[in-house]
Amino acid sequence: MTKASRTIAIARKEFLHIIHDPRSLIIIFVMPLMQLILFGYALNMEIQNINLAVIDYSRTPQSSHLIEQFEGSEFFSVFHYNGKHSDIENIFLKREAKIILVIDQDFARNFQRQTKTSIQILVDAADPNAATIIKNYCYGIIANFNLEHGGQISQPFDVEPRIWYNPDMKSAYFFVPGLIALILVMISAMLTSLAITREKETGTLEQILVSPIKPIEIIIGKVFPYIIMAFLDGFLILMMGMILFKVPFAGSHFLLILLSTLYIITALSLGLMISATVETQQVAMMMAISATLLPTVMLSGFIFPIRSMPILLQYVSYIVPAKYFLIIARGILIKGNTFFQLGFQTLALTLMSIILLIRTLRKFSLNLEK
Amino acid sequence: MIEHNKIAVRTNKLTRRFGKFTAVDQVSIEVKQGEIFGFLGANGAGKTTMIRMLCGLLKPSAGDATVSGFDVYKQSENIKKNIGYMSQKFSLYDDLTIQENIEFFGGIYGLTKEQIQSRKKTLLKEVRLTNVEESMTRDLPVGFKQRLALGCALLHDPLILFLDEPTSGVDPEARRSFWDLIYHTAEAGKTIFVTTHFMDEAEYCHRLSIMRDGKLIAVGSPGELRDLYHKSNMQDVFIEIVNGE
Repeated sequence: MTKASRTIAIARKEFLHIIHDPRSLIIIFVMPLMQLILFGYALNMEIQNINLAVIDYSRTPQSSHLIEQFEGSEFFSVFHYNGKHSDIENIFLKREAKIILVIDQDFARNFQRQTKTSIQILVDAADPNAATIIKNYCYGIIANFNLEHGGQISQPFDVEPRIWYNPDMKSAYFFVPGLIALILVMISAMLTSLAITREKETGTLEQILVSPIKPIEIIIGKVFPYIIMAFLDGFLILMMGMILFKVPFAGSHFLLILLSTLYIITALSLGLMISATVETQQVAMMMAISATLLPTVMLSGFIFPIRSMPILLQYVSYIVPAKYFLIIARGILIKGNTFFQLGFQTLALTLMSIILLIRTLRKFSLNLEK
Repeated sequence: MIEHNKIAVRTNKLTRRFGKFTAVDQVSIEVKQGEIFGFLGANGAGKTTMIRMLCGLLKPSAGDATVSGFDVYKQSENIKKNIGYMSQKFSLYDDLTIQENIEFFGGIYGLTKEQIQSRKKTLLKEVRLTNVEESMTRDLPVGFKQRLALGCALLHDPLILFLDEPTSGVDPEARRSFWDLIYHTAEAGKTIFVTTHFMDEAEYCHRLSIMRDGKLIAVGSPGELRDLYHKSNMQDVFIEIVNGE
């Protein structure tokens, strides 16, 4: 008796389950596209048309030119504030503007003398993330202005921003790899754990276990279709990301496929671990969501930077597989990272898979002897 | 080629404990090849645990057992090749067609495509299901599903068939035709090991064993048991045994 034929029988049946059930097809193919569109258009992290109030005490061609630079940018919509300087806070309180630009009387004079000159930028930091982004936009514009005019508008600290890899700060570059990480882990971990616990619930797993098939053959046969689905999904999101949001592909295709496979294996091991532990689909679903969806969204650096988390959560993030895959995917797609530059991440995912798989196999065979 | 002297299943003081609870307590039985051997007992008497140990789904805590001559501790792989199993739930896939179910169960026993095709034809005729291969299993009436499950359990031509309350939830008419099938299968030389709590079904068995609280209380043909307990039907025998002396 060949082992392969038994494994193929399991895999084939699993494909049939997916194909016969329109709901699972929707979960696998429509959900990722909806998320892509949601993240792409609704959760746009770029900020545009920020209201900017200008108080120009200089009123010179030089100051007008600086203002024009802001007006010319798609990020700002500029208006002149004519009120008293002492009432400046009202602009923020009434939410008339997020940022105020104050140009001193001696701006043009200093500028012509080529001595250091200052402008004042006030940013409403009620939303600190937005404030940081706005501040960075300003630095960019001022740096350009300095470059063009040889001027020296000093900034709070000496920065010369050169934004590499993603010069336009496109957030699509950021979330498309994140979405791939999320979808891959959900398909691999959640769907496999559901598929196995469903057979426990209906009693069909027992029917399979009275046949001469080995646990490892069941496991391989069960997960194989989901590996294929995960790949199709990853490919779908990447293609749509490249077409709709112009996400680049700087690195090696082969390397991305290789390391995605590793990540999928890690996620599958997690799903198998869950299904070896629980008996019902409902519990499996809850465990899968808390072990995949939440950490991947919250703790992987997908949306919130890990560096700005409380130190305890930073430690927790080390056991979130998506954290490593995000670095891998962003690195390969956007920076063109090579294998050796991703060595640590590869090692971390490999270790996680091995530990999870060993525990799962042990649990599976223990369950049979229960 | 029915060798009636050959032993299909033999257990010697077979025991299974779950923690402090003893589900099966030192049960010794012998089942001959070609026999329809009934296993009776109230719910929780240990029938299912007994079957699960013999099928290799559960390791015994103590005692010995051989199935088709193979040891349950060391040769479970060989046992699994030679037995068919059908549980109280119809363990077929509702969302697959009948054809797909048959191909799947043939596949996990390592049958080739040709073997599955030829077995499928004879089996569907045997269980009296024709022209339904493309139907979804969920659309079949319960009686049909149950016959199909039996067909799938027989696909790899096992020597011994374990049926765990195969007729629960089926109407009397369907039960009747199911038992016709069981007789037919036994005549072909297969050993049938069946648990039930229907007393009319008990009468159909060649030999019976009755369990209570994990212990084997009585073994014999329906006639022998009736005589032994001086009752006119199995129902009364069963009630007497289950309620205790």
